[in-house]
Amino acid sequence: MNDALLTIRDLSVHYHTDRGELKAMRHVNMDVPGGSIVGVVGESGCGKSTLISSIIRLLASNAIIPCGSITFEGRDLLGLSREEMRRLRGDRISIVFQDPMSTLNPVLSIGRQMVDIQYRSSASRAHKIKRATEMLASVGISDPGSRLKQFPHEFSGGMQQRISIAMALQAEPALLIADEPTTALDATLEVQIIHLLKKLQTDIGCSILFISHHLGVIAELCDYVVVMYAGEVVEEGTTREVFHNPAHPYTERLLRCDPASIATKTRSLPTIPGEIPDLVTLPQGCIFKNRCEHVMTQCEHLVPAWIESHSGHFVSCHLAAKPGND
Amino acid sequence: MLFYLIKRLALGVVIVMLAVTLLFCMIHLVPGDPARILLGPRATPELIAGMSARMGLDQPLPIQILLFFGNLFRGDLGMDVITNRPVADMVFGQLPYTLWLIFTAIGFAMVIGIPLGCYSALHRNTLIDRVTGVLSVACITVPAFVVALYSLLIFAVTLNWFPAVGAGEQGNFWDQVRHIVLPALAIGLSWIGYLARLVRASMLEVMGENHIRTARAYGLPERVVVFRYALKLAVLPTVTVIGVGMGFLLSAALFTEIVFARPGIGKLIFDSITTRNYPVVMGSVLVSTVLFVISTTLSDLVNAWLDPRIRSSL
Ligand SMILES: Nc1ncnc2c1ncn2[C@@H]1O[C@H](COP(=O)(O)OP(=O)(O)OP(=O)(O)O)[C@@H](O)[C@H]1O
Ligand SMILES: [Mg+2]
Repeated sequence: MNDALLTIRDLSVHYHTDRGELKAMRHVNMDVPGGSIVGVVGESGCGKSTLISSIIRLLASNAIIPCGSITFEGRDLLGLSREEMRRLRGDRISIVFQDPMSTLNPVLSIGRQMVDIQYRSSASRAHKIKRATEMLASVGISDPGSRLKQFPHEFSGGMQQRISIAMALQAEPALLIADEPTTALDATLEVQIIHLLKKLQTDIGCSILFISHHLGVIAELCDYVVVMYAGEVVEEGTTREVFHNPAHPYTERLLRCDPASIATKTRSLPTIPGEIPDLVTLPQGCIFKNRCEHVMTQCEHLVPAWIESHSGHFVSCHLAAKPGND
Repeated sequence: MLFYLIKRLALGVVIVMLAVTLLFCMIHLVPGDPARILLGPRATPELIAGMSARMGLDQPLPIQILLFFGNLFRGDLGMDVITNRPVADMVFGQLPYTLWLIFTAIGFAMVIGIPLGCYSALHRNTLIDRVTGVLSVACITVPAFVVALYSLLIFAVTLNWFPAVGAGEQGNFWDQVRHIVLPALAIGLSWIGYLARLVRASMLEVMGENHIRTARAYGLPERVVVFRYALKLAVLPTVTVIGVGMGFLLSAALFTEIVFARPGIGKLIFDSITTRNYPVVMGSVLVSTVLFVISTTLSDLVNAWLDPRIRSSL
C-alpha cells in the first residue's frame, strides 16, 4: 500500500521509568489508506494512546523513539522540525481525545476556542464565527449561534464530544485520529457519534484512525482493523476478514467474548484470563504465550514471524505458519 | 449571584462583630486602668473618673459593646479622647497611606512573582528555575521586619538611595514614590517568592492538563497556549491567596509603618495603643477588619470573573 496516507514502519516507543525502560510499543507497522477508516483495538495499556501521541508528536517528556518512521502525505513526521510539525497539527492531522469532559479549555467559551484554532486562516472574525456555527450545526448541536458563547461545563459529555469532533474537522484535515471517542459515553450516544463520524468522513473525504476498546464499534465503522497486544501489532486485515476469520488466538478470544452488538455497551474489552506481561522485562518468544490456549513449544523461545495468512490479512503467530493450518 | 453577595455581606458583618467583641474583651483584660495610664501618675481621681466616662469605660462590658455597635450603626466611630476629633476622620485620614502601601507592595510582588513563576514552570529544572526556586524560598522565609530593618540600614542609611522615614511631601508624587519603595519592598519581598512558587506549581499542573494537550494538538503557537489557554487558569489560586492574604498584608503593613515612621493605620493603632487611646484603637481595628472582608469578597468576584465555572455556581 504505497499510496497510503499514513505509513508507520518499525516504530518503537519507550518510556523512561524508575524501574527501567518501559517498552510501550515495539516495531509497529501500520498503514492508513486515503479515504478509509482504520480501527485499532486492544486491551487497556497495550499502547494505543502511545501510538497516536507518537503520530502527532505529543508524547510525554519521558518518551523516546528508538527506531521507526512515520510517513504522512509523503513526509517523514519524525524528521520534521517542531515548527513544521506544529503547522501540520490541527490542519492536516486532527485528533479527538479520549476524555471529552477534560479536553476543552474550561475558562474559554466554545466559540473562542473554535475561532482560535482557525488562526491560520486570514478570513474575518465574522467569517470564522460563521464557520464555527456551521460546524456545530453539522455535529447536531441545536441553536449553534448562541451556544458558541457558552462554556464547556454547560454542555453534557456527549455534546462536548460532538464539539471536539466539530473542532477537529473544522479545518477539513486529511487524517482524523479518534482516541476512544465513545468510551466515556453511554450506548445510545455511542451509536449517534459513530454515525456522525461516518457521515462526516464521507462528506469531507478524510481518513480516520479510530482507536477503541469496543469490537462492536470497530465492526460497524471500520474498513480495516489492527489488533494490538502489549505494544505489538498481532493481527491486521480488512474488518470483514479479521472478524470472520481471526488468525491470532488473542483476536479469536476477543471476538468470542464480545457481545458483538453495538447496542450492548461494554466499558472494557471482555476479560481474558491472565495479564499483559511486564513491559519493562519482556519475556522471550511470543508475547501472548502466557495467556494463549494453543501455546506450543516453539512459542517459548521463538518470536513468531509477521506472515500473510490470506491476501492482505497479516498475523504474527506460529499457528498460522504451521502448514495446513492457515 | 445576588444571594451570594447577601451571604458574603452577612458573613462579613458577623466577622466584624466578632472581632470587635473580642477586642473589647481583650482591652477589658489588660491590667491597669486605661484612663489612669493615659493621664499619667499625677492625675486626680476626679480627672480619671471623667476620662473613664469619656472613653465609655465606666459602663459594664456588655453595655460598652452594645453602645459601640449602636453608635457604629449611626456611622459614628466615637471621639478621640485626646484631641477630641472624631475617630472616623482620623482613621479615614490615615487609611489611604496604608492602602497605597499595600497595593504597591502586592502590585510589585505580582509584577515580579507571576512572570517568574511562569518562567520557572515553562523551563522546569533549568538553572534559572533552580536559582529562582532557592531565592523564592529564601524570600518567603525572611520575616518582613528583617527586610524592613536591613533595607533601611543598607539603602537608606548607608547608600542613601531612598529616604528612611515618612511618606513624602504632600502633593509631591515623585517624593512619595521614593518614600514608598523600601516599605513596599519590606512587605512585598516574601510575596514575590510566595507568588513565584504558587504560580510555578499551578502553571505546571495546568500545563499537564488534557485541554492544554488539545490546544497543542491544534497546532496553536506555544505563546497562545501559555498566555491565553494556561495562564488564566494558573492565576486562579493566586487571586484567592492574595484575597485571603490581605490579613497578613495588613499586619505586615502595620508593622512596616511603625519601622519607617510612615503615617497609616498601623502607625495610628500603635500610637493609640501606647497612649491607651482605646476609641482610636477600636476604630482602626474595625476598619482593618472591614478591609479584610472586602478583599476576600473581591478576590472571589475576580475569580468568578475569570472562571465561568465559579460564575455559574455563585
Ligand atoms: N508517560 C508515561 N510514562 C511511563 N509509562 C507510560 C507513560 N504513558 C504510558 N505509559 C505506559 O505505556 C503503556 C501503554 O500506555 P497507553 O496509554 O498507550 O495505553 P492505551 O492502550 O492507550 O490504554 P487505555 O486503553 O487505558 O487508554 C502502559 O503500560 C502505560 O502504563
Ligand atoms: Mg489510551
